[in-house]
Amino acid sequence: MKLRYGFVLLLALSAVSFFVGVKNISPLDLFRLTEEQARILVVSRLPRLVSLILAGASMGIVGLMMQQLSRNRFVSPTTAGTEDSARLGILTAMLVFGSATIMQKMLIAFAFALAGTLLFMRLLDRIKYRNAAFIPLVGMMLGGVINSVTTFFAYKHNLVQSIGAWLYGDFSMAVQGRYELLYISVPLVALTYWFADRFTIAGMGEDFAANLGLNYRQTVNIGLVIAALNTTVILLTVGVIPFLGLIVPNLVTLYRGDRLRSNLPHTALTGALFVMACDILGRVILYPYEIPIGLTVGVIGSGLFLYLLARRNAYER
Amino acid sequence: MNDKAKLAVLAALAIALIGIFLFTDLAGNLEYVLSRRCKKVWAIALTGATVAFATTVFQTLVNNRILTPSIIGLDSLYMLLQTTVVFLFGGFALTSMNREVRFLLSAGLMVLFAGLLYRLLFRAHERDLYMVLLVGIVCGVFFQSIASFMQKLMDPNEFLIVQDRMFASLNHPDTDVLLIATALAAFSVLACARNFKYLDAIALGRDHAINLGVPYERAIRHLFLLVAALIAAATALAGPITFLGLLVANIAHQWIHTYRHRFRLAGSMLLGVIALVGGQLVVERVFTFSTTLSVIINFVGGVYFLYLLLRENRRW
Repeated sequence: MKLRYGFVLLLALSAVSFFVGVKNISPLDLFRLTEEQARILVVSRLPRLVSLILAGASMGIVGLMMQQLSRNRFVSPTTAGTEDSARLGILTAMLVFGSATIMQKMLIAFAFALAGTLLFMRLLDRIKYRNAAFIPLVGMMLGGVINSVTTFFAYKHNLVQSIGAWLYGDFSMAVQGRYELLYISVPLVALTYWFADRFTIAGMGEDFAANLGLNYRQTVNIGLVIAALNTTVILLTVGVIPFLGLIVPNLVTLYRGDRLRSNLPHTALTGALFVMACDILGRVILYPYEIPIGLTVGVIGSGLFLYLLARRNAYER
Repeated sequence: MNDKAKLAVLAALAIALIGIFLFTDLAGNLEYVLSRRCKKVWAIALTGATVAFATTVFQTLVNNRILTPSIIGLDSLYMLLQTTVVFLFGGFALTSMNREVRFLLSAGLMVLFAGLLYRLLFRAHERDLYMVLLVGIVCGVFFQSIASFMQKLMDPNEFLIVQDRMFASLNHPDTDVLLIATALAAFSVLACARNFKYLDAIALGRDHAINLGVPYERAIRHLFLLVAALIAAATALAGPITFLGLLVANIAHQWIHTYRHRFRLAGSMLLGVIALVGGQLVVERVFTFSTTLSVIINFVGGVYFLYLLLRENRRW
């Protein structure tokens, strides 16, 4: 897929997303908007559009970067314990610092997410079998362990349903005043682009990277900070979108190969397209009700992931 | 201490705990209290032993000590099932449903799922067991996203019914289905018994096992299904306890330094009984029911797991 076709498609989908909703606003109304219609567009539709693009693009890129750094196709915030640690962080922020502002919550959740991801990367160094399918298993186990700690405290304070509902991926809450945190991912994406070649080299292994004069540890740490921060931001504003960081980069590398820098725009675009398509689907299927993105991506994503697994194995033989 | 002595110590401890559970704080109608306690301790011990047994076998099959069978999506499937019933027919339907039917439905679906998973994947994927597990996990996330969507829409009162099912509760085990669960566990163990002698060889890895004359694929298939059946029985009886098996299988391994499965299996089963009966004692008599056993076990198991991973410079 050429990038420009992708952009055309993205524009088309954006237009659809902009005009699909319970309140009927047709494109023809654009030049004679009533005050109410204008307000809906500014307060709800536009923030939603922006957050769809930001979340899709940045999660795709984070996934790609994590896969590069860990040299494993199946690593992503979902399968490396990042999301689960951030969730524990959010719970901690809620329980310990009841009156924390959203910024403080984000910082605490970020600290947890970073610690969880670092833990996972340390585990990776110790894994005996470099079987590709084993590494995500370890990550999911780690995620399960962290989740059990979350549940332990959530159960005590009767928060099991609240935290589940609150962190369920859903774009309908992305309205003016609630989504602005997502803008943090813009500089993060820019930073990823800036470091892209270094991440590619770091992905070739510690010895090789050192040989090329790269500070391996520092590069990996920068990557992990970017990944953890981005995951936290998306978790706090949109919620958990399972598998997003896993599928998008895999789809792109299927037809683009492994060079990180040239893949970045494609990954970002595919991520935004995928999320937007899923979101529109969720809004249309049960119109006028909505199916949250967590479910649509969860269902479509698991299907796609299984397909990727089957395909990958067909090639290996 | 040699292995037999260690096992004897564990057995004595298990019996002592069961004794304490049965005979302390006795009051009221002795016959009634004792018969209730007997059923309860039976259910608890059965759960602990089956989960420990299944996990030990599973860890031998996958040749790894940090994995546990519930992660292949069985827990999520169980939760999806419970959530769906509550979501579609209301909380009353789940609690008033015929217990035997509910048990057989839950356990049957879980075994069916594991069987399908295995049948579809093991052949297609060059006998890569990790791939089977990974697909299982993905299915688990799939079930989970549907279940949590329904939970999100649910009335908080109904959610409490689901939440009750979400954490294994041994306070009121379904004593009605106790017999079925015991029969299911016993039957699957017996049906698979001729494969147990291969376990020691399978632990050496695929190539060595085949070299030693083990009918590897058949044994793995039977044992995998056995693990699924045992976990299904325990989950349908008590509810999901993800990290119990991990906890006891690893403690057994650490304490009983042998690779012979006769001892490892017995040790981990005894430890499973000790952990659950002891834990239930603590929950009932110390915390006075303010928390759930499975939440504690998962917490302790989880923390222990992290400790295991980070303890020393060893490779997994």
